Amino acid sequence: MTMDEKVVLTMRGITMTFPGVRALDNVDFTLRKGEIHALMGENGAGKSTLIKCLTGVHDFDQGEIRVDGINGPIRNHSTMEAQKRGISTVYQEVNLCPNLSVAENLFISREPLNKAHMIDRKAIVKRAQKLVDGFDMNIDVQRSLGDFSLALQQMIAIARAVDMECKILILDEPTSSLDDNEVTKLFTLMRKLRNNGVGIIFVTHFLEQVYEVCDRITVLRNGQLVGEYPITALPRMRLIAAMMGKDIDDLAKIKPENCDNLCGGMFIDAKGLSHVGKIKPFDLDIHVGEVVGLTGLLGSGRSELARAIYGADRAQTGTLKVKDKLVHISQPIDAMKLGMGMLPDDRKAEGIIDELSVRENIVLAMQAHRGMLKLLPMKEQCDIADKYIALLGIKTPSRETPLKQLSGGNQQKVIIARWLATDPDFLILDEPTRGIDIGTKTEIQKLIIQLAGEGKSILFISSEIEEMLRTCNRLAVLRDGEKVGEISGDMSQESVMHAIAGGENA
Amino acid sequence: MKQKIRKITKMRLFLPIFSMLLVMAINMIYDVANGNVFYNFFTISMKNGLLYGRLIDILNRGSEAAILAIGMTLVVSSSAGVDISVGSVMSLAGGMCCMLLAGFGNANVSQYAVPLWVGLIAGLLIACLCGAFNGFLVSYLNIQPMVATLILFSAGRAIGLLLCNSAIVYVRVSSFQFLGGYCGFIPTPILVAAVCIIVMSLVLKHTALGMYVQSVGINAKAARISGYQSKRIIFTTFVICGLLAGIAGLVATSRIYSADTNNIGLNFELDAILAVALGGNSLGGGKFRLSGSIIGAYTIQAITTTLYALGISSAQAPVFKAVIVIMIVTIQSPAMKNYLAKREAAKLLAAHKEVVGI
Repeated sequence: MTMDEKVVLTMRGITMTFPGVRALDNVDFTLRKGEIHALMGENGAGKSTLIKCLTGVHDFDQGEIRVDGINGPIRNHSTMEAQKRGISTVYQEVNLCPNLSVAENLFISREPLNKAHMIDRKAIVKRAQKLVDGFDMNIDVQRSLGDFSLALQQMIAIARAVDMECKILILDEPTSSLDDNEVTKLFTLMRKLRNNGVGIIFVTHFLEQVYEVCDRITVLRNGQLVGEYPITALPRMRLIAAMMGKDIDDLAKIKPENCDNLCGGMFIDAKGLSHVGKIKPFDLDIHVGEVVGLTGLLGSGRSELARAIYGADRAQTGTLKVKDKLVHISQPIDAMKLGMGMLPDDRKAEGIIDELSVRENIVLAMQAHRGMLKLLPMKEQCDIADKYIALLGIKTPSRETPLKQLSGGNQQKVIIARWLATDPDFLILDEPTRGIDIGTKTEIQKLIIQLAGEGKSILFISSEIEEMLRTCNRLAVLRDGEKVGEISGDMSQESVMHAIAGGENA
Repeated sequence: MKQKIRKITKMRLFLPIFSMLLVMAINMIYDVANGNVFYNFFTISMKNGLLYGRLIDILNRGSEAAILAIGMTLVVSSSAGVDISVGSVMSLAGGMCCMLLAGFGNANVSQYAVPLWVGLIAGLLIACLCGAFNGFLVSYLNIQPMVATLILFSAGRAIGLLLCNSAIVYVRVSSFQFLGGYCGFIPTPILVAAVCIIVMSLVLKHTALGMYVQSVGINAKAARISGYQSKRIIFTTFVICGLLAGIAGLVATSRIYSADTNNIGLNFELDAILAVALGGNSLGGGKFRLSGSIIGAYTIQAITTTLYALGISSAQAPVFKAVIVIMIVTIQSPAMKNYLAKREAAKLLAAHKEVVGI
């Protein structure tokens, strides 16, 4: 088999099985020079698995991978080997070392050496600074990576991949933690790389972004190839249909029944809560049955505000009333006892207990409620787990499967189930739809509206303004760690954007 | 048949049990080679109304390690670290007990200075206190477990020696020898270990301790958001570990009816840690299986007893012990498991091709 001049990568008949699941079944994929190729599919369709087969994280069962410039089929056994063959990856979750400096992270495993064959630290810092400056990132490369926001860490990971002179660049959900400004920067960079002849594989859940930068789309469903299409041949609705295998009602159609009749009383009444360095003193009230959204740029203090209420970061000043009673929350369990729950934005770090089973993860918060001595009977645990697996359509081989074997979106559903199981009165959802496919996204939005209808209060955080407009009764706007205003009533994309960007008054 | 074998090898405790059987097999081969019946190893006899046999000896001598392994398993799971002070805490608990029973300053008594139970409780209390001290350092001050427990690892024995006025304190009262002696015809340590194991199994079965400890061990941040108080849980596991070290210490002290602070529990922390690892538990914390650790503890004792039975001197025994441990650890290593899984997959593929006729 000789390669087409323009083709830089072919994958043929890739098959991969995990215990109990056939993750990939005879999948073909072709990448050409100088194209941005979207890899689309719902959660668990096999996108990440396909990429991990390519980069040597998984050892696939059958199939053949050929890369331009290398004779014969290749099989990578580590990401290091893949990098040597010109395949670089930036994964969904940042996979760098938070305790090393930015510069060290950029040059891990390829440190420049000086004459004495020792690591040349000066050169590392110098080259790293030049690299990040080229990305318009205004950061000190000698600080620890962990000091920076998730978005910046992701940009650094991309900078690292780009710097490795790769022929094939894989971006696995790179934009899910970036704000619009950063996304634009990334796209500019991607187009530049494309013009230099790099083949880019782009995995994302944002349809708009696909149509903005991509040249071609490959769609997977349930581990099988649906097809490969030029972007012009696959309009949005047909793409969704191809991913889901059925047509769905247009997203725009689910509008909240206007529940401006704020029936119940006040549930949360925060006055002057703050946490030094994270969120400046703010007031916020949330009524029973109300969905309040927090909007603002990444790092504007959205998550921090929610965390101060929940006690994830203990509020240092101010008072909090829950149902008109003054309360003191010093840690999450205190908040839970008042009927709260929180789905954190960093699923990997604060959400999943990856080695425990789906069942254990679902009953986790419920068990914490009951305390150590009152174990939930096994039968009840199984019933609860089964109920939510069915209710949320969690794709898992069994309820005893370790959570780490599930795809990202299904893990997210498990954590949502964990909180629903506790039947909270007030639920904080921090980016619940990030990295989740479009069908599930709609379901989660519907769920939020439904919960509010049942008289629960919701604090909802999302980077997608559209999503917030569809679900929230009221939006609180944050900027630079400070709550700067609220918008209610007639909300539109423009008015929200305007408030976020900040005139004098929001 | 083949499927049955596969089913058995997939069982979670297969490797720890297999390792134990391996050690037993070595015994049997040795017995046969020496002209004994092959079941010599398993022979249990009554002499003077007491149980005798190599198996009984292993169970008896392995009691302390098994008791320690229970606590160590919890500590490893919750904190992803080890408590290296358990050996010293054993010695300290014994020293405390004997000092009280003999009265401070007396090195050889045949009469209790205080009631026996006061001595035993005091021994356990000081052990709990040690555990609490370790737990405090690890959970509330965030010190690495190995470093935090290093303090009592070196100081524990010294404090014990201080309590005993730098002497070996003998308590020559028969009731004091009960814990390390015989209860009816069964060696008491076996019963003590059994009680500890049963109690902990029941606790794990009927409370959520297991879920608490494992959640914190796997992802403390996520556990906290879900309402678990990580610090308190890690602290608790260290206290439990200390208490169990105290029990093991009292058994060991009773065996020699004296507080030999320099030698009681010497190197036992290593056996306890090894037991956890041999049981197939990750020393990186998280998921654990208590049964694995217990089997691991008795396997270690089986190796030691076997070596003595083979006539290997106690000075050389550690070398042979090391060789056997290397073998067992290799069998259980992820690399080995991967290799076996791949061979299996290759076989299946070949069989599949044969059927299809390629």
